[in-house]
Amino acid sequence: MVPISYYLILSGILFACGVIGFLIKRNIITIFMSIELMLNGVNLSFVAFAAQWGHLSGQIFVFFVMVVAAAETAVGLAIIIAVFRTRETLNVDQVNLLKL
Amino acid sequence: MTPSLHLWLIPALPLLGAAINGFFGRRFSRQAVSGVALTFAGAAFLMALYVAARFSSLELPYTEFLAHWIRSGSGPHIFVAEFEFYLDQLTLVMLLVVTGVGFLIHIYSVGYMWEEGGFYRFFAYLNLFMFFMLTLVLAGNYLQMFIGWEGVGLASYLLIGFWFTKDSAASAGKKAFIVNRIGDFGFLIALFLLIKHFGSLNFAQVFTSVSQLPGEMAGFGLLTSIGLLLMVGAAGKSAQIPLYVWLPDAMEGPTPVSALIHAATMVTAGVYMVARSHVIFDRAPNALTVVAIIGTLTALFAATIGIAQTDIKKVLAYSTVSQLGYMFMACGVAAYSAGIFHLMTHAFFKGLLFLGAGSVIHAVGGEQDMRKMGGLKQYIPITFITMSVATLAIAGIWPFAGFFSKDEILARAYEANPAYWFIGVTTAFITSFYMFRLWFMTFWGDYRGRDSAGHADPHGHGGHGHGDPHESPMVMLVPLMILAVLSFVGGWVGIGGRFEHFLAPVFGEGASTVATEALSHGTELALMAISLGAAGLGWYLAYLLYLKRPELPQKMADMLGGLYQAVVNKYYIDEIYATLFVKPLVDGSTRILWHGVDQGVIDAAVNDAADGARHVSDAARHMQSGNLRSYAGWLAAGGAVVIAYMIWMGVR
Repeated sequence: MVPISYYLILSGILFACGVIGFLIKRNIITIFMSIELMLNGVNLSFVAFAAQWGHLSGQIFVFFVMVVAAAETAVGLAIIIAVFRTRETLNVDQVNLLKL
Repeated sequence: MTPSLHLWLIPALPLLGAAINGFFGRRFSRQAVSGVALTFAGAAFLMALYVAARFSSLELPYTEFLAHWIRSGSGPHIFVAEFEFYLDQLTLVMLLVVTGVGFLIHIYSVGYMWEEGGFYRFFAYLNLFMFFMLTLVLAGNYLQMFIGWEGVGLASYLLIGFWFTKDSAASAGKKAFIVNRIGDFGFLIALFLLIKHFGSLNFAQVFTSVSQLPGEMAGFGLLTSIGLLLMVGAAGKSAQIPLYVWLPDAMEGPTPVSALIHAATMVTAGVYMVARSHVIFDRAPNALTVVAIIGTLTALFAATIGIAQTDIKKVLAYSTVSQLGYMFMACGVAAYSAGIFHLMTHAFFKGLLFLGAGSVIHAVGGEQDMRKMGGLKQYIPITFITMSVATLAIAGIWPFAGFFSKDEILARAYEANPAYWFIGVTTAFITSFYMFRLWFMTFWGDYRGRDSAGHADPHGHGGHGHGDPHESPMVMLVPLMILAVLSFVGGWVGIGGRFEHFLAPVFGEGASTVATEALSHGTELALMAISLGAAGLGWYLAYLLYLKRPELPQKMADMLGGLYQAVVNKYYIDEIYATLFVKPLVDGSTRILWHGVDQGVIDAAVNDAADGARHVSDAARHMQSGNLRSYAGWLAAGGAVVIAYMIWMGVR
């Protein structure tokens, strides 16, 4: 049996990678992928805890997150396409019309 | 029980007139406005005459209840104030003087104000004044009297500032109001003391309670305090030292106003109030002494200022202050009926003097400087004759009205303390001098106004360019003539102590009979002769200086130098007050209240709060860069802080 701390450390590393990617990348698609990475890092910790405590609720949460992530991806990709059509770029630094 | 006299109608009628003219007068013709004003003022006079006719059949003092007003507390601490009217001999005298002289001045004003703008406004104010003055006179308790007291102050303010576009008139109105507030403050505190110690302001109840107290022969007790505070109020309203300064400035108002409010009626309210409160003063001899001293000093002081004034109305104003001083002198030696007697004759002759002065001013086209008058007797003979009667009356020449009342006061003052009498006679001499000075400068000699004829007129009388002085219209002359008759015969009611006897039920028979017996017939005659001599001397001196040798006054003025300058400048009292009270107040208000409290604390708090909010949001604004990644950074940082906090809490 692999100790739970391994899963949690891996989950933390995945989440940190996601956060860092989110912060330093300029391409919206990459940022989007970083978000997925963060979600999956969290999913990993959920299933790890579910296995640890023998509870199903952790796994149900994971399914729930997956569904929401899929919906989010659909909406997000639609937005990205809309942004690209108007701005002709996917660089977030140039998408700053809301700036004061 | 006597049937109701409906006394409430007497003040209510002028109030109705004021309301009609005030609300609708703008659309009325001048005839209609004056018709309304005269009808209601005249109706009040007729009511007063009706009351006088029924007077002998009344049970006195007659009181009339109108309505409940204030009812507060319960049990022994109940305080009740009603709208009620109180009628006795003193009220009747005041009632007849106020409505009678008031009505005559209403008639006169129709002619005097005919050319003026704001005609309806003037008559609305005048009727309003009558309402408040009659409320004051008829009041059955001190609180109702106070309504009238404040109300006449309001009417006075409105009428002094009648030509409100003129800066001096507007500030004179404010000065009158503010100086009166100082006096009213004293009056109010006296009322509070009365409520605290007697639980009532009703005249009958207060006087009954007071008369059960022992007199405060020495020291400084409750009654002395109340008396002195009432005197503060009276000094404000009746222009006594040290609060007289507003009255000369009040001459900025139209002349009929000066006659009605600032000579005949309102300024005598203080005398009336002291006389009405005589029960309190009788038991506080120290307060009474203060009244006498203030009155005596004011009489002399104001008279000396009157010598050097050149504005015809200013002379009369200082003369009014001085004559009011006589009345307080009389009250101060407990000769209330003599004071009221002088109040009545003064209303006649001073009202007449002011109306005559108005007629003179009208004649010469708005000029008030006596140095530009002279020789007017041939141009305006009726004004001249009536003014002469009034001058003789105020100077105290036998058998004019002023002689009898002044003589009465001087005799009673002599009994009390010959020093009062001496100052009084000196004042009588000065009065006679400055009044005949006015008389000679205005009516005798040559007309000196021709070089300046047709000059711009401050009051707008001379809309028609005028050459020679012209007599006033009949509507102005008739009141002059009636008042002249009253100034002539008005004093005769006092012969043989009849007037005093009439008022005796109010002021107590005891004091007056003792007094008249105290002086032997010989002394009385001698005093009379001396005061007549003083008046005659003043007349002769004025004749010598202002008709016979007109170059002398200038020489004397040069000789006296500083003293003369001081008199011309009214002893610099206005300047002293400005330095002592006005300037510190203005400076204090400017520096501490305005710059310090208002700008430094209140404004600063508001401004700093706004500035702070702006600075904080200025800083916070930079978070909203519009850069998506910076938002993400904030989010992550926030998350990190929350997690760090949770970990720290967990570790602890």
